[in-house]
Amino acid sequence: MELKEKLVSSFLAFENKGGLDLDSNVHSIRSKAMQNFEKEGFPTKKDEEWKYTSLRSILKKDLGLFPSTDKSIGFKDIKEYLMNDIESYTLIFIDGVFNSFLSDTTHDDCDVCVLSSALSRPKYKMIVDNYFNTIAKDNNSLADLNTAFTKEGAFINIPKNTIVQKPIQILNFSTGNESNVMLQPRNLVIVGENSHVQIIERHQNLSKNTTLTNSVTEIFVHKRAIVDFYKIQDDTKNSSLIDSTFVSQKQQSVASVHTYSFGGKIIRNNLEFYHEGEHITSNLNGISILNEKQHVDNHTLVNHKYPNCESHELYKGIYDDKSTGVFNGKVMVQQEAQKTNAFQQNNNILISDGATINAKPQLEIFADDVKCSHGCTIGQLDESALFYMQTRGIPKKEAKALLLFAFGNDVVEKIKIPKLKSKITKLIAQNLGVELGFDL
Amino acid sequence: MLEVKNLHASINDKEILKGINLEIKPGEVHAIMGPNGSGKSTLSAVIAGKEEYEVTEGAVFLNNEDLEDLAPEERAHKGVFLSFQYPVEIPGVTVTNFIKTAINETRKAKGLEELPAKEMLKLIREKADLLEIDRKFLSRSLNEGFSGGEKKRNEIFQMAMLEPKLAILDETDSGLDIDALKIVANGVNKLKNKDNAVLVITHYQRLLDYIVPDYVHVLYNGKIVKSGGKELALELEEKGYDWLK
Repeated sequence: MELKEKLVSSFLAFENKGGLDLDSNVHSIRSKAMQNFEKEGFPTKKDEEWKYTSLRSILKKDLGLFPSTDKSIGFKDIKEYLMNDIESYTLIFIDGVFNSFLSDTTHDDCDVCVLSSALSRPKYKMIVDNYFNTIAKDNNSLADLNTAFTKEGAFINIPKNTIVQKPIQILNFSTGNESNVMLQPRNLVIVGENSHVQIIERHQNLSKNTTLTNSVTEIFVHKRAIVDFYKIQDDTKNSSLIDSTFVSQKQQSVASVHTYSFGGKIIRNNLEFYHEGEHITSNLNGISILNEKQHVDNHTLVNHKYPNCESHELYKGIYDDKSTGVFNGKVMVQQEAQKTNAFQQNNNILISDGATINAKPQLEIFADDVKCSHGCTIGQLDESALFYMQTRGIPKKEAKALLLFAFGNDVVEKIKIPKLKSKITKLIAQNLGVELGFDL
Repeated sequence: MLEVKNLHASINDKEILKGINLEIKPGEVHAIMGPNGSGKSTLSAVIAGKEEYEVTEGAVFLNNEDLEDLAPEERAHKGVFLSFQYPVEIPGVTVTNFIKTAINETRKAKGLEELPAKEMLKLIREKADLLEIDRKFLSRSLNEGFSGGEKKRNEIFQMAMLEPKLAILDETDSGLDIDALKIVANGVNKLKNKDNAVLVITHYQRLLDYIVPDYVHVLYNGKIVKSGGKELALELEEKGYDWLK
């Protein structure tokens, strides 16, 4: 049976015995989303937005939709993927099921808990009605699919005037309980006026089996709030990730999403920012370091709808072996959005002859008093720089790594959590196969 | 220390060096002069081990060891240093981090432990002071936005840190005003001792007023056509290169 048919036929069973006492509103949202997915289906390469990324090889696997969780997973199995040298709140999901034993949640000054409880408790009904699936709606068929099967994920609700002192880590593990599995985590993040939160998200396959994760995150950033969201995508070669993250910002807010793509079979990021007020800042930073036959596709959108807002986008890519990259960065500046400052930069290095990058900056500007720029480069390692370093006693391999490090450095520099910065630096070194004698 | 024997080298099948013989002993300063296109920079690149050049005949020996099969970094570990005419800019890597990496990679190659951070810092400060280099300079990205003088001074700083046996200064004077030239030359003179040697490659005589050579060689069309003492440099300055053809 095709995966699509399997999903469609599973949906009824899921709706009837989802195990949750859901609000009827949520039921109708899920049903509508399912209708949309049924109509649209999975995207194919005929789709303009999916021209360079094909899901076919993954979709033809017989993916299990409702894996049972592996209860034997303990701290020792997951600790290398956690940032455990910093104090943090942690939300840990094993095969899509929340693990309260390994997690550290709170309801004290803010809610750091799970979506299943938000969707089923009357206390949160207002919040769910106001926010859930309001930006993800009618966006793309994969987000619809996620909505239809919404069950679990992170629910982060920060009231106004709250600085969350500890970063929040969201970790999704798959254990290989079933040979091939599809996971659909759903996160909802609401940050109140003047509040500040830092979130680190990671997907990790603990087995060698195939995993397809279709993740959706909606982030609402209220007036003057600040959100830093870090995505660590350093999964196994059999794991694929489709990440759709939607950010809605109110006036004077600052939202930054950082995406580190270091490992996975296919990684597709749909990252979209919607402005709902003036003097908003949106930051999009990404670095991809891939080898073998890995594939990353970064599709971004910043929709400038109001005057006096700015967006800063910086994506870098290092591609080795037969890896492929896609960068499609769309910036819309609507007619009302005068005095917009929108900057976009995408730089790539191809280390091997077999590597490919397809880069497409897309600016649509309808206002006349704006500052917008975009730049895109694709290059190779500078041989003269390598020779220069070698004459100073630095072996070619280390010299290459140092150059690549330096290339990615301005993206890493933007990380505001020092321990995370050194962790990302280490991951980069690991992916480049070197040890560096210093922190950049 | 350095022996170049009947060295022939070519790039893309074009022969640039056509039989060079040169011997440099410890404690000596040699200068190689010659017009544009005579092969000066090729000679320095071949000694340093640039892969694009193919040695078709002859050989280069450092302390009686044939360098032919050694990569540029291995030559560096054995004490060859090349100061570039156009030092490469490396944004994102500070002067300090770059030299730390260079020092520690060299130590690693010699089977030594990494230099402890404290000692490294002390050494960096010592050498920076010796060459009158501002400390702020050390935390800037390597050569990025440096003036011509700063780039060359940085080259000499790296030389001071790495303490090579043989330092090749390729057109170190190009792009320098007289004050910068004096500072750079002064630095080289401070680092000079009886155990190391310097090979100065230059187009003009003026650098040799400050780094005084023991021997001067004239390179023309891939061959050394005349050798002499420091007075040869003055003669070249006066008469040009035409009389040697």
